[in-house]
Amino acid sequence: MQIIAVGLNHKSAPVATREQIAFAPERQKEALDQLLESPEILEGLLLSTCNRVELYACSHDGTAAASRLKSFLAEFHCVPEETLSAHLYEFRAEQAIRHLFRVASSLDSMVIGEPQILGQLKDAFAIAEGCRSVGLILTRLLHKTFSVAKRVRSETAIACQAVSISYSAVELARKIFGSLQDRSVMIIGAGEMCELAARHLVNHQTAGLLVANRTFERALELAKQFDGRAVPFNDFPDYLPQADIVLASTAATGYLLTRSQVEKVIRQRKNRPMFFIDIAVPRNIEPAVNEVDNAYLYDIDDLQNVIDANVKERRKAADKAEAIIDQEIGRFQRWLSDLELTPTIRDLQQQLEGIRRLELDKTFAQLRTLSPEERQAIDACTGAIIKKILHRPIAVLKERRHDMSGEQYLDAARMLFGLDGGSEDKDQG
Amino acid sequence: MSNLLFKITLLGYLAASCGYLVHIASGRRAAEKVGRWLIRGSFILHCATLALRFFEAGYTPVANLHESLSFFAWCITGIFLLFDLRYGLAVLGAFLSPLALLLMVIGNAVPRQLAQPSPMLDSWWFPIHVSLAFLGNAIFAVAFIAGLMYLVQERMLKSKRLSALFFRLPSLDTLDTLNYRCLTWGFPLMTMGIISGAAWAHSTWGSYWRWDPKETWALISWFVYAALLHGRLAIGWRGRRAALLAIIGFLCLLFTFLGVNLLLSGLHSFKALSGR
Repeated sequence: MQIIAVGLNHKSAPVATREQIAFAPERQKEALDQLLESPEILEGLLLSTCNRVELYACSHDGTAAASRLKSFLAEFHCVPEETLSAHLYEFRAEQAIRHLFRVASSLDSMVIGEPQILGQLKDAFAIAEGCRSVGLILTRLLHKTFSVAKRVRSETAIACQAVSISYSAVELARKIFGSLQDRSVMIIGAGEMCELAARHLVNHQTAGLLVANRTFERALELAKQFDGRAVPFNDFPDYLPQADIVLASTAATGYLLTRSQVEKVIRQRKNRPMFFIDIAVPRNIEPAVNEVDNAYLYDIDDLQNVIDANVKERRKAADKAEAIIDQEIGRFQRWLSDLELTPTIRDLQQQLEGIRRLELDKTFAQLRTLSPEERQAIDACTGAIIKKILHRPIAVLKERRHDMSGEQYLDAARMLFGLDGGSEDKDQG
Repeated sequence: MSNLLFKITLLGYLAASCGYLVHIASGRRAAEKVGRWLIRGSFILHCATLALRFFEAGYTPVANLHESLSFFAWCITGIFLLFDLRYGLAVLGAFLSPLALLLMVIGNAVPRQLAQPSPMLDSWWFPIHVSLAFLGNAIFAVAFIAGLMYLVQERMLKSKRLSALFFRLPSLDTLDTLNYRCLTWGFPLMTMGIISGAAWAHSTWGSYWRWDPKETWALISWFVYAALLHGRLAIGWRGRRAALLAIIGFLCLLFTFLGVNLLLSGLHSFKALSGR
């Protein structure tokens, strides 16, 4: 039994190809049903997000299944297979399991540690469960995958820290204010950066948004977009006491906000803290503002430093995550090989026992004069022979089940003893 | 028997401290869970220890240094568990359980023979006074820890050097709110503790206040916290200043509790208490 993964992601294929073979949510069930019609595919799973499209399958014949998966992707989306195959990757057995674990743990994502992929994988699994395209093995694999992702998340710092300017600003704000709910935000300047950061902040259900911009119309526009209020640019200091978070990004060349101004505002606010984010170059807020009690000022370089440190942390965490994944792959493979070993041993024993019974019946039919004791002795003797013959093969199968060659030995045993019903004539003779 | 239980409890606190410290150092959720169950278990053991000591001694077991330390550690743990239940601030455990452990270790090192029976210990004011006083102290211990965390966190934010620890500390706002809550609970308890102490003194010695070092230091601590409360409510102090005052206040309390007994002598020294 082998697990096969075929697909493409943001690294292997351009967006044009990705969108071509993405599966719309409403067509995924149909696709899975169609895929399962192929005899070599025993179980199947389909993961389709904006950054990746992947098919996972379970089959006795890895090569055939892999080529079927590839042709299926091409057929289903009516794309010539030759153009597609350049972008496709293929993983089998341990590699496929590792890939799935890495995808779920967000090690394979565009932004390492982003949390969405796990939810998408869970949705994909739910769809597959819904149309019963997953059986014992993929179900077990997926459950294992979820627990691996959870372990990676809780035991490493992979998703802890923000890696973009606006996220890190939000994160710092939350370190100061706790929840951002009911905090109000003031934006000075209505540029693209401000808009982006504002969007992140508003996502955290901040209470109000004040927008100040040199061109008042633009301020109105942005305020409308976020359900906020535009204030005249020259009067913005008057509104400062209302703002918990102040974001500045204007093209002004001098400081718009000085230390003494902020001191006054903080006094007016009865020492309630303020967080200033200055992403303008040249800077809009005097650096000495950071020295005021209960005022915190981060400029663009400060934020960048925070991010650099976070990225470094994430890389370190990713190494740790790979180690966890290695460990868990071993565990899953042991389960998988046990799953195949037990029936093989049982088949072996049944096969030889069947032959023995057949031959004994023939022999006893000819030798009618045997006493019951003699029959019993012959019976015991043949039984012992079979046991001795089987002893070594079973021992080897058990020994090798946990390493790479285990599967080959299993296949060999099944073939040599004709366990898959391929050589019945020989049994008769 | 209560001695044996005391030692087991001490080991429980040690284990719980390890769990919480591993959590804050590595961020492992499992360590936090282990720490929480260990501290709960230790707390139950500690209750049993105190109950047993109560029956062995026949008085509320807060009459010598050993008993007081144990009782104080018990109060701190109990308050921590309450706060953890109510506000879910497990990070506090990484600081409070070692604090409880430290008190237990000192308690383990000092002599632990029972106090002589005396009418003072029989007075009803005795358990009321010590319970109120120690509960107040325990709550201020939480404020102290919150203050320390606030200062660390604020320093990191201001200096813009964020270590891994930074991400596990609660937000400044949470810590400042904790400071305020502790104050609103601790201050009335402390005030009632002092008043009940005066009532106890009056019922046994016939005078409310004698200006012995412990009383004086308790009053000094009370003024520190009163100043903090006033500052918070009337002037709008918060953040770093509130954190600093909570730390100073607790240091005064610690001196009131330990320093006075060990360095100065007076009516409150345990010798005086058990000698009568």
